Amino acid sequence: MSAGLGGRAMKATLGEILESYGTGRQELIPLLQDVQEHYGYLSREVIAGVGEHLGVPPSKVYGVATFYNQFRFKPAGRFHIQVCRGTACHVRGSKKILDAVVNALGVEPGDTTRDGLFSLEVVSCIGACGLAPVVVIDGEFHAKVTPDSVAGIIESYKERAASDD
Amino acid sequence: MTEPLDENCADESTRDADRPCLDLLTGLAEGPLRGDRPAGMRVSVRDRTRAAVYVGTGTCGLGAGAGKTLDVAKKYVSEHGLEADVVEVGCIGFCSMEPLVDVELPGRTRVSFGCVTADKAVEVLEAAFAGEMKGESALLQFRPEDDARAGWEGVPFIDEHPFFEHQKRLVLENCGVIDPQRIDEYIARGGYRAFAEALRGMAPEEICDVVTRSGLRGRGGGGFPTGKKWSFALETGEATKYLICNADEGDPGAFMDRAVIEGDPHRLLEGLAIAAYAIGATKAYIYIRAEYPLAIARLERALGDARSSGLIGHDILGSGFDLEIAIKKGAGAFVCGEETALIASIEGRRGMPKPRPPYPTEKGLFGKPTVINNVETLANVPVVLRDGAERFASIGTETSKGTKVFAVSGKVTRTGLVEVPMGTTIGEIVEGIGGGVENGRALKAVQIGGPSGGCIPAEHMGIQVDYDSLKSVGAMMGSGGLVVMDDRTCMVDLAKFFMAFIQRESCGKCIPCREGTRRMYEILERITRGRRGETAADALERFQGVIYLKRLAESIRDTSLCGLGQTAPNPVLSTLRWFRDEYEEHVYERKCRAGVCAELLTFTIDPEKCRGCTLCAKKCPAGAIVGAAKSPHHIIAEKCVGCGTCADVCRFDAVVVS
Repeated sequence: MSAGLGGRAMKATLGEILESYGTGRQELIPLLQDVQEHYGYLSREVIAGVGEHLGVPPSKVYGVATFYNQFRFKPAGRFHIQVCRGTACHVRGSKKILDAVVNALGVEPGDTTRDGLFSLEVVSCIGACGLAPVVVIDGEFHAKVTPDSVAGIIESYKERAASDD
Repeated sequence: MTEPLDENCADESTRDADRPCLDLLTGLAEGPLRGDRPAGMRVSVRDRTRAAVYVGTGTCGLGAGAGKTLDVAKKYVSEHGLEADVVEVGCIGFCSMEPLVDVELPGRTRVSFGCVTADKAVEVLEAAFAGEMKGESALLQFRPEDDARAGWEGVPFIDEHPFFEHQKRLVLENCGVIDPQRIDEYIARGGYRAFAEALRGMAPEEICDVVTRSGLRGRGGGGFPTGKKWSFALETGEATKYLICNADEGDPGAFMDRAVIEGDPHRLLEGLAIAAYAIGATKAYIYIRAEYPLAIARLERALGDARSSGLIGHDILGSGFDLEIAIKKGAGAFVCGEETALIASIEGRRGMPKPRPPYPTEKGLFGKPTVINNVETLANVPVVLRDGAERFASIGTETSKGTKVFAVSGKVTRTGLVEVPMGTTIGEIVEGIGGGVENGRALKAVQIGGPSGGCIPAEHMGIQVDYDSLKSVGAMMGSGGLVVMDDRTCMVDLAKFFMAFIQRESCGKCIPCREGTRRMYEILERITRGRRGETAADALERFQGVIYLKRLAESIRDTSLCGLGQTAPNPVLSTLRWFRDEYEEHVYERKCRAGVCAELLTFTIDPEKCRGCTLCAKKCPAGAIVGAAKSPHHIIAEKCVGCGTCADVCRFDAVVVS
């Protein structure tokens, strides 16, 4: 990451993002959010860069970043799958949905499939309890999912990826 | 979309955002800008001689497919050359009927249709624009504001529909009705008037007093009197104070704050502005979950509009009061709903709570006095000022005033957001408004208040919803999540679910919460684990665990640092209190009567009932089901993993779970 053209280009944009923020400690979380939105995850370089900009040691930056569920330290897949495990979804069988997704992808929550197509995340509540159980893929809601319908949903994204390529 | 606000109402007017006109809002709402309409008719800035199609595009609407419905509606209107506006509205709260589409024809009442997915949209629109209703396709119609609008025959009015009949909508009055992205629409319905009048004629002390007299209490769970909290901050006399709106709605099962922000963002901003003026804060933060992207977008838009209209910013409406509002996105930590943790998070630190006192009203954000109010609380404030303290206090019970919004979900026929006066019974909400348990199954319990709350068993459905009654049965109001459970929900499994949640979300600062919740989770795990491979030592631990469970829960409750830890054992304590027999069945008989705890179940096929359709054999993930087509099947017990798929898919009820 540190060498090569890609590394430099990344550094340049990171610099631009950093410049748009002040240097107070209260800028830390919004800055990390912005950076993650840009790169998809927080790399070591980014964490060091953010720390340097704010005058906060990287250890502290890392401490804050690992505290919050939102931050990722591994690249996300092309499609990010969020399985809701809120109370309403739980009562309506979201455990089986999660199992079905894990089965279909072959990865555990927090991981990305080998082909880099899907990453899986468990979220506490997405706030769409009336539609439980809910699976959100890249912001698209799939309501009243059943264990049977999971494979079809994932397949439709694979097809989308194939037709894009 | 703020053009109308930039209009100058008279030739000599020089109003702009930097030099606001004091009478702007009155002018907008009563004339001369709106002078051509008699009072009481101002319900919209839209040209109501045109037809309109309203599509509910809140998160839940979009989840149910409202985005595609919206496209179809737009295409339909343009293809047929109709004189009609297509308007996106927020969520009216009737989630199980999403996507919702309303049609308003000139001279007719506004009529709603439920479950209008894209494939049904054209049919619905055709029927509505032709002016004829087929059968029961329409859900309800709105009350006309004057007699000039003709109703639809055979369609119930909104206040006659069982879902809305017993509701009293104050906080949600505009949600799903108005276009949330237009500030002028909010103003046309009397919005920002309470704020303008407060700025013009009320001292901060007076506002605190009105709010105190109204009996408004915090809607986020704690139930602290709002006016009192404001007075504390006002009386500190510090020059710099902060106001924070807590929109970090982390309770699984609650989504009213999201709906208010998506459906009526200006309502929150108005409440926030009034509160800031009342405590003397010039800077306010809205701390909102990053999981709510649509709500954030709507809020940003509303904030921009309010700013460019001179309702937020410098010298608001010429009063000399300044207010800046910043939106802070939460980063996904349940504990940040706790006041001191939320402050730490805004300051850019790990969201860990601090001991109180000092309370945030003395020493909060950046060491300055800070008031933290929940979204629903602030959304009530304009109503309190508009209607007066006495009228607000006339709703509800002795100790709990006003209304409360509940997010009704789970195994109930009609799910959605329900706003009822305090003191309504749980039974009325579940049976009356929610339509009872779906598929005619038996009601077992209602979980209220999220991970900090508790379960209320079916025999206590007569309990009133107010802060104190709920506590008497070991539950709490919390933020108002209400999850209905039927006889197929296992209470031990539910307690385990909550402990897993709390244990994951515990910040780790104090030992009782960090270690204690983990131990409780492990005990529950042991209870629900199967006998396969269990040693005598395991069994002993299982028995021991149950003995310690209650004692452990009580220590965690008494010794944890913050509200999250203190209330963490509630789901276990309340299920132990009401469903002890279920725990005992799990422990002694190794049985889960709800058929949820997979490892405790054995599946067999009733040869009398099995028709040999082979469906279960095809779906079985372990290949444990054998049998020829059209003859009874058999489950090989050694291969069975207990997933329950066969029971779910069987159409003949032939799979026996025991």
